[in-house]
Amino acid sequence: MPAHDVMPNMELYQPVQVEDAVQIADRLADRGWLVGGGQDTYGWLKDRAKSADALIDLSGIEALRGIRETADGIEIGALTTLTEVAESGLIQQRYAVLSEAAGVVASPQIRNIGTLGGNVSQDVRCWYYRRGLSCYRAGGNLCYADTPQGMNREHALFEQSRCVAAGASDTAPALVALDATMVIQSVDGVRTVSAEDYFVGPALDIEHTTILRPGEILTAVRIPATWANATHYWEKVADRNVWDFSLVNVAAVFRVNGGTIEDSRIVAGAVQTTPRRLTNVENAVRGQAKNAQTAESVAPMAADGARVLAHNGFKVPLLKNLVKRAIAA
Amino acid sequence: MTSKLTRRRFIKGVIFSGAAATTGTGFYLAANAQSGAGSAERLITLNINGRSRPVDVMPSETLAYTLRYKLDLTGTKIGCNRGECGACTVLIDGVPNYACSVLTHNMKGKSVVSIEGLKAADGTLHPVQQAFIDENSPQCGFCTPGQVMSAVALLNSNPSPSREEVRKGLSGNLCRCGAYEHYINGVLRASGQLA
Repeated sequence: MPAHDVMPNMELYQPVQVEDAVQIADRLADRGWLVGGGQDTYGWLKDRAKSADALIDLSGIEALRGIRETADGIEIGALTTLTEVAESGLIQQRYAVLSEAAGVVASPQIRNIGTLGGNVSQDVRCWYYRRGLSCYRAGGNLCYADTPQGMNREHALFEQSRCVAAGASDTAPALVALDATMVIQSVDGVRTVSAEDYFVGPALDIEHTTILRPGEILTAVRIPATWANATHYWEKVADRNVWDFSLVNVAAVFRVNGGTIEDSRIVAGAVQTTPRRLTNVENAVRGQAKNAQTAESVAPMAADGARVLAHNGFKVPLLKNLVKRAIAA
Repeated sequence: MTSKLTRRRFIKGVIFSGAAATTGTGFYLAANAQSGAGSAERLITLNINGRSRPVDVMPSETLAYTLRYKLDLTGTKIGCNRGECGACTVLIDGVPNYACSVLTHNMKGKSVVSIEGLKAADGTLHPVQQAFIDENSPQCGFCTPGQVMSAVALLNSNPSPSREEVRKGLSGNLCRCGAYEHYINGVLRASGQLA
């Protein structure tokens, strides 16, 4: 496949109001491509690996930017940049697991323009798929990664279903840990779904990573007060400190009383297409002391059900160790 | 929707590459762009290095492309063209961004500063540029314009950064020569922390 340096010629819509954007998105349906910061968009288009007739540039819609306090927590506009999320005093203070996750996405320049909505809605990382090969996820009938020769070191441990690609978002596990709600708008109105239900795996829908359908726009993320100021843990492990996608990351929040874990939400990223909530670990630590001993005893459960591919076996101990650190910290 | 109100509300821009048409939803569509006859939407004025630059911009054109091939500002380098190297870093409203990964049509109403816009009117180099020379920071020089822009942005927001802060500030710019430590020395010199 030749490398293309120039963007394909497309139509460009630049609405400044959400109502107008959803109308355009509805009319164009799958011929339109929503762009926030565009950092996961332009590569697809320059590579000619995906195409659309028109770009719907949402970046001029001021109403989709900013962080607001609500009666029950905060609401973050989908176009709020990752830098804004990472540097927000409000988020640092109450939802540090999210600000820490947003602060290690990609590189400073990408965080300056990349949006929270785009980060959670980005496509999976699989070079076969991203090269434009006709794999399952691209509508074909084979997987190039899950073969003895396939390069699958970065791929999924869990919930593979024909496709073995792993999700790449750093903020998505943090939002699932914080029990966030995603606000989705279309010409039919506004609907909300929990962050857990926003992300979909290949068994449910192999060609999409979110429940967003053509014509729908993610407009905001709401984070309830439930886990505000909670004890938290965030860690991302990647080959490089900058730019690189997580090999495994862990986002966790704990409600601790007198050293005992009353409740928790522990979520791993980059181990399957969607953020993976480790409910078995959460159940096992409930009522236990938050210390190294508990961590040691429950961490192996984090990998229960893992199906290792040819080259990603290292992710199993990595996942266990990150969960161990999250609980012991 | 009244067309006048709708148009103002609707359209920061609707730029079509194909033939003109109108629709029931009241969009105003630009004239045929492929003819090269610049429609109102395609012919835009950008604020580049403090100057107004009228330019005919294709709908999906990136800023790096416009700077280099339309405005002849070739100091902005295109390395990977994928937002993975930093050579094309420019300041957009003072914030460092990859020019290869933003649409030029998003620059309407914003101010862009490229490497060409740093020197003083009399030709004196920007303190960061001079410090990079004094510290022999660049080797092959291809990543240097991007390194300079990131350094300028860093020092604008943090005039006296620690070595670690410089490292973070420049972390979105790769250097294949591996001259990172020399660039960091340059930034520290520019900030007056290295005599």
